[in-house]
Amino acid sequence: MLLDELLIFERGAPGRVGWPVAESLAGEPAVPALPPALQRDDSLAGFPEVSELEVVRHFVRLSQWNYSAATTLYPLGSCTMKYNPVVNEALARLAGFAALHPLVPDHLAQGALEVVAGLEAALAAASGLDAVSLQPAAGAQGELLGLLLVRAYQADRGGARRRVLIPSSAHGTNPASAALCGYQVAEVSVDGRGLLPARAVAAAMDESVAALMVTNPNTLGLFEEEIEAVAAAVHARGGLVYMDGANFNALMGVARPGDMGVDVMQFNLHKTFSTPHGGGGPGAGPVAVRAPLAEYLPVPRLVRTEAGLAWSEEAPKSVGRMRSFYGNFGVLVRAFAYIARLGAAGLPEVTRLAVLNANYVRARLRGTYHLPYDTPSLHECVFSDRHLQDFGVSTLDVAKRLLDYGFYAPTIYFPLVVKGALMIEPTETETKETLDAFVDALLAIAEEARRDPAKLRNAPHRTRLARLDETRAARRPVLRWQGR
Amino acid sequence: MSGYAPHTDGDIAAMLAAIGASSIDDLFAHVPAGLRARAAIDLPAGLTEPELRARFEALAARNADGAGPAVFLGAGAYPHWVPTAVDQLLLRSEFLTAYTPYQPEVSQGTLQATFEFQTFAALVLGLEVANASLYDGASAAAEAVLMARRVLPGRRTVWVSSALHPHYRAVIRTYVRGLSDVEVREVPFATDGRTDLGALRAALDPDALAVVLGQPNVFGVLEDVARAAELARAAGALSITATAEPLALAMVRPPGACGVDIAVAEGQSFGLPVAYGGPGVGLFATRERYVRSMPGRVVGETVDAHGRRGFVLTLATREQHIRRERATSNICTNQGLCTLAVAIYLSLLGRQGLRALAARNYRAAHAVAGRLEAAGIPRRFGGPFFNEFVVQAPAARWEALAREGVVAGFPLSRWYPALEDALLVCVTETHGARDIDRLVRGLAAPAARAASG
Repeated sequence: MLLDELLIFERGAPGRVGWPVAESLAGEPAVPALPPALQRDDSLAGFPEVSELEVVRHFVRLSQWNYSAATTLYPLGSCTMKYNPVVNEALARLAGFAALHPLVPDHLAQGALEVVAGLEAALAAASGLDAVSLQPAAGAQGELLGLLLVRAYQADRGGARRRVLIPSSAHGTNPASAALCGYQVAEVSVDGRGLLPARAVAAAMDESVAALMVTNPNTLGLFEEEIEAVAAAVHARGGLVYMDGANFNALMGVARPGDMGVDVMQFNLHKTFSTPHGGGGPGAGPVAVRAPLAEYLPVPRLVRTEAGLAWSEEAPKSVGRMRSFYGNFGVLVRAFAYIARLGAAGLPEVTRLAVLNANYVRARLRGTYHLPYDTPSLHECVFSDRHLQDFGVSTLDVAKRLLDYGFYAPTIYFPLVVKGALMIEPTETETKETLDAFVDALLAIAEEARRDPAKLRNAPHRTRLARLDETRAARRPVLRWQGR
Repeated sequence: MSGYAPHTDGDIAAMLAAIGASSIDDLFAHVPAGLRARAAIDLPAGLTEPELRARFEALAARNADGAGPAVFLGAGAYPHWVPTAVDQLLLRSEFLTAYTPYQPEVSQGTLQATFEFQTFAALVLGLEVANASLYDGASAAAEAVLMARRVLPGRRTVWVSSALHPHYRAVIRTYVRGLSDVEVREVPFATDGRTDLGALRAALDPDALAVVLGQPNVFGVLEDVARAAELARAAGALSITATAEPLALAMVRPPGACGVDIAVAEGQSFGLPVAYGGPGVGLFATRERYVRSMPGRVVGETVDAHGRRGFVLTLATREQHIRRERATSNICTNQGLCTLAVAIYLSLLGRQGLRALAARNYRAAHAVAGRLEAAGIPRRFGGPFFNEFVVQAPAARWEALAREGVVAGFPLSRWYPALEDALLVCVTETHGARDIDRLVRGLAAPAARAASG
């Protein structure tokens, strides 16, 4: 039973109540009933009828079937699965933040507005850019906002520019965001070192290009060494430079996007700034811009008045709203707490140690695993399965076998510029001992590939479930409980 | 030092030796020196944990926390009791610190809980399938419009009710800004606070792409969704509803049962605090036949190599990491942990608890509306409502109440300049009898106030 938990809908018994609520209070007057045509008539058939203990036990059991960053190394490249400080959970739950209604008059929310103002200022300082919006709910929504800002800026300058340049190494959200914004995507290939050559960007630039979207460091973990020349080439033809800040953990105290020539970028607070990934969110994707783009930022904007901080809707050129209210505020509190804890010296230290850890893993694995790009890398490293193919072993097999060793797997088959990619990002919060154990596991797996490849192809062996049939799931989708 | 980084001097020396570097600075040698020289971050020094707590406790104390002023605000964020078990379970690190379940063999907890969330979302909204969440109700409404465009290419006009929450309308407009083939137009509301379906009927033509309504709408009024869906269908367009207060749907006929094609909701009411407006979670449900046009992540059932039931992310060929610029949406990270809160909350409340809670909200709000009416404060709109309604009350009275520590509601003139002196009042199970008395007395006409003593 411990290993085979039913769906919550398959548990319980008719009439059981987990968390009783009285329908009305004593002495309450009778009120008119809802018109019959508006009434729900299935009395919530299908809903579970379970006790509180059944619910607690159900979800505790489910939780035990997850690997998480708190249980093991979670080296998912490009995701920055660092330690999520426990204190930040307590701070976000303070009643003054958690129970604060978003529409109370501003004078009853000054503490919350200080959090917003403080985080905006900190992100501007870290990026070297001029203005920040905290509204986007995740990195991809930040990308969408960034491109909408580009579009509004270009439209005001008379340019009906229709294309966005994107390097071949980019994350899939980049072209998807560009398309959502009505842009055609033009791909620019990275060179033999895995870098974006300024010459190639200059050749691809013309007056139809609204912006270049560049990830720096890129998805190979490489700093774009020609970024200043790349930005100059884009600016020379009236384009803007958008930077995907997913990998900002490699840049704090090292290089500011504003200094590189970046005009717009998004942060992923759930990556660099340690807010919990939650099994896939909630995140936050604030956007920072250079001053000429600030007037297009979403409403409402936070302003300082004589009476204190206040929200202002007065922004005639704003692109509008990305979501209701002001953003994933609870996430913003955690990120601001992280920044306040680490401070001016702590953030650069994060970057230095994240880069040290990634280079250590890279140094220990190279030679055994194929390193497709030998260029110096920062916070993550990308290997491929080329050395293992002779044994009929793929990246997927290595990933599954790592689970048997008690580690989560790296990001696999991404970036697309590397065939069979294994993308490893250890982050700064891991000890040398943990990294050694992880590397030893990968070295042992490479040895197993030679000796006993079938063991890898059938992995994992020690997890609760064996390899899952993803083809079947997609061919005949069952997306919800189907009933008793 | 922060205390989060574990490196000793000995570790650093040994790691640098293995790398073949003489210092950590060497690892950044390929970053242009000019950039490195300017990269200092202008921030205060770091804090110890006790200092950090003190600073944030002081900030939190400058906000209205529910224990201070009595707040009768809804308008898109709803105060409800959250069972202690919900947050206790959300703090399980195995849920809290995992990520998108790319390796299903060691992510079955997140995957099964998400599958349960999808089932709940479909049940609440009365539709066949639901995704694994979008960011919030407003962006889910915008994604619904984009989905309609994929289902019905070539049609142009999206008819949005002007009684849909203004944030939802604004986000829809933002999301289609870059698209030249979609136009958003508004349908007025009638004197009873419902969307003017006569006007909608007259407006719908063969170019109509979709009709979007709130249910309840921003005035708390329940729409005739069945009729609106019928009109949309007759014009060949899709019908979409957006629900900011989904607790209503425990007693109100759900959108799917009214013939709606896509229904979205803000899930904050189901187990999440108002948290100054986020994080919440966007519920998104539709009909089975549209599933391959649906945006967002989705979890499906399958079996493992030994035939045991398990769950995986599926239908990925719709998504950005495979389709890139041809994806159905750019969404990647969604609101994972918030979907877990919803699943836990709805499991705890269950079939009886959720219905009882909805009845309680309905009765409490109607009782307050009745008392206000008796005290000379009429409702502005006559349409049926759930736990939120609009009254006509002189601004001077609710301004005076605010000074006494009662935020009586949301002044709608901020969103609808024509609705002068209109106050949107929300009453839920969280509001006690004493605060309700203060609200009624404060808003009441002076004569009625004197009479009630």
